[in-house]
Amino acid sequence: MPVRPIAAALALCLSFTAPAADASETSGARGRDGQLRLYYWQAPSTLNPYLSGGVKDVEAASLIVEPLARLDPDGQMVPWLVQSIPTLENGGVAPDLRSITWRLKPGLTWSDGSPVTSADIRFTLEYCTAPGSGCAQQAKFRDVAAVDTPGPLTAVLRFDSPKPHPYGPFVGPQTPLLQAAQFAECIGPRAASCTAANFAPIGTGPFRAVQFRPGDAALFEMNPHYRVDDQPAFASVLLKGGGNANSAARTVLETGEFDYAWNLQLSPDVLAAMAASGKGRVVTAFSTLVERLAFNLREPAPTPSTLRQAAPLPHPAMSDPDVRRALAMALDRELMVEIGYGAAGRVTCNILPGPRIYASRENDGCAAQDIARAQAILQNAGWTDDNGDGVRERQGKQLRFVFQTSTNAVRQDFQLLAKEWWRQIGVQTELRNIDASVFFSSDASSPDTLQRFGAHIQMYAGASDGPDPEAYLSGWACKNIPDRDNGWQGQNVGAWCDPAYDRLLDKLAVTAGLEERAELARTLNDMLVQNHVVVPLVDRARISAHSAALEGVRMNAWDSELWNVAEWHRMAQ
Amino acid sequence: MRSARRPALGAMLLALILAAVLIGPAVWSAAPGAMDLGARNAAPDWAHPLGRDQLGRDFLARLLTGGRISLAVAAAAALMGTVIGAAVGAAAGMSRRLDAPLMWLTDIFLCVPLLPLLLIAATLFRAPLAAALGPQMGVFALVTVAIGASSWMGTARILRAEVRSVMQRDFIAAARLAGRRPAGMIAHHVLPNVAASLSVSASLAAASAILTESALSFLGLGFPPDLPTWGRLIFEGTPQLGQYPGRALWPGALITLSAVGIMALGDTLRDLAGPK
Repeated sequence: MPVRPIAAALALCLSFTAPAADASETSGARGRDGQLRLYYWQAPSTLNPYLSGGVKDVEAASLIVEPLARLDPDGQMVPWLVQSIPTLENGGVAPDLRSITWRLKPGLTWSDGSPVTSADIRFTLEYCTAPGSGCAQQAKFRDVAAVDTPGPLTAVLRFDSPKPHPYGPFVGPQTPLLQAAQFAECIGPRAASCTAANFAPIGTGPFRAVQFRPGDAALFEMNPHYRVDDQPAFASVLLKGGGNANSAARTVLETGEFDYAWNLQLSPDVLAAMAASGKGRVVTAFSTLVERLAFNLREPAPTPSTLRQAAPLPHPAMSDPDVRRALAMALDRELMVEIGYGAAGRVTCNILPGPRIYASRENDGCAAQDIARAQAILQNAGWTDDNGDGVRERQGKQLRFVFQTSTNAVRQDFQLLAKEWWRQIGVQTELRNIDASVFFSSDASSPDTLQRFGAHIQMYAGASDGPDPEAYLSGWACKNIPDRDNGWQGQNVGAWCDPAYDRLLDKLAVTAGLEERAELARTLNDMLVQNHVVVPLVDRARISAHSAALEGVRMNAWDSELWNVAEWHRMAQ
Repeated sequence: MRSARRPALGAMLLALILAAVLIGPAVWSAAPGAMDLGARNAAPDWAHPLGRDQLGRDFLARLLTGGRISLAVAAAAALMGTVIGAAVGAAAGMSRRLDAPLMWLTDIFLCVPLLPLLLIAATLFRAPLAAALGPQMGVFALVTVAIGASSWMGTARILRAEVRSVMQRDFIAAARLAGRRPAGMIAHHVLPNVAASLSVSASLAAASAILTESALSFLGLGFPPDLPTWGRLIFEGTPQLGQYPGRALWPGALITLSAVGIMALGDTLRDLAGPK
């Protein structure tokens, strides 16, 4: 009986395109460009970002609801619904770092015409922190003790403890403002049952929801009360879900049925072939997602029985910084990017590649492959191939490593490349690939997880959550080494421990001021990279495509990709 | 006449593939692992008739080497499955006492979904086996045993039915009266009479073992990435189906042809052994 769904889909499309036809006839600034068609192959399941951690839901909701401040493509905060970004200098952040004062722009209205006030800010916080609400963004509000509303446009967030980076709540697309009047009855356990509100929240953004079918499609129309007179340029937005990245790319780049396709993680040659027709453009944006190698400084435990020993031994070869340096130097990262990622990646020498002020310049030039020098480093460190089997050894220990990663075509190609380059410097590598659902699982009893690290080298990707890198860099603290006692939890999979690094982290935790924090973060990054604790390989981009006739798209990996959708418009004919 | 032509076809197909993968790598001197990063995705030419893959490796060499591994796994796993299946089936068919428990066991194995089981087995035993036998032999043993141990049930059921019907025959009663012991009876009276079914089911098992190995490699659970098998070649080739269809189609075609060849051979064996 496949006829019925097809008919239903057709009916849906027809009903969705009808208002577009009407709208395109109207002239005038706002809504002059008709319908904007977005293809999100993972369809949103709700338009309330507080009830879903999914990127697809957050992105779709960002057409409607907006945070106080957004992040621009460089990861810089941009005041969105507020007059300015509060800082220590302008008095918005209290000197004791225990409160932050946000001042709303005057004259803001919701899409139903009612005014936006500081009570809405307080309500949104209460909504997410109410017990039983199942709010997905609770971590962002964790340390907020209370919100004071001294005036209708002023909200003061007070924290339990000093917060050197107080920009967690209401910055970025995950924590937008909700309207108190609409969600008043949806506090706590009732949050999920408020379907009407969750599927059509009232917002301040350029669009409002007309029709929403979870997991399928959504139709939006322009918000008549939007704060900029001639925006948005589109009268309506159709957001279509379903299919896969490949079919999404085709609809924009080859057939031109859609204006924008989201998240196209495809092989670079596949994407390049599609883009060659000239109907659309592939756009990328970088944040902090870095594909990296981690070295296991401990002796990996091949069988569960050897885990019984009290403290794992340091690995005789991996604990030698020269070996790690030589392994890193033998890699040709330019070629790896070219083969595996194309436009969706770039070579990085930093484990923290962004935002720009956090990116260190100290490691530039790391990408150059130098086999001869790597050989010399090993030779000078006493690793020599005495028995002529092609594998270097020192004091009876051979440079034979197990290199594991998840099952993924690009990662397997990288494994093969690394194996070949390491063979040239006298290192023998055995490759293993593990199913991604096993490798990235948090199952402490499985020996094949990222945290258990049952190999000498492993490759995976990781990113900082948000532009502030403190939590991310704390991952390499001594206390974050996964072991049997802490149930194999922690990000410091290679078991690198340096008290100097921990001291700097403690300093970062009490340092306010973006520039000072950035300097500390760069130093921490340099310690990780220059000690070859991790080898950053590829800075991976978010990649999407838009029609060649669409202008104003500023691809953003820090915020929603639709962050400036109000400015999007069709190119003049 | 019909059966006279088929043996030729099935056996010839299989012989051709076997010859290619066994002798091929010796004749075709290109190393399957040698990369030429300057010639990635190079188009076919005389030196590389099937072109080069995404890392500049000669695709024909990989195809031939991959066939060796895939067919070796298939043969070993089919042998193992047939031996286990024959033993269980014969025991169940001859002994009334063992019949019910053994068939329950068979039913249980039939119920267990294969791929999750293999996934668990791969997780549990890969490391110990690799430590004991070396990385490549360890995976070979794991994959072979896993496929063999999970594919004997069909053989056991067919054999049980066949053995039961043979056991009703008069010559069995005669042998029993003559004082033949069960082992001798199996060897001299039962097995020769069920050989046809056994060979058919063995060939079916070999064909399905090729497919299971491909599925495992396709899921990335099989051999390590530096060891090409047909399944892994398909796994690697699928994303590029649009641009380089040969990458997935060649190994796919060889898997299909091998399975067809083995099945045709099984048909032939049945016709030869049991002329009706």
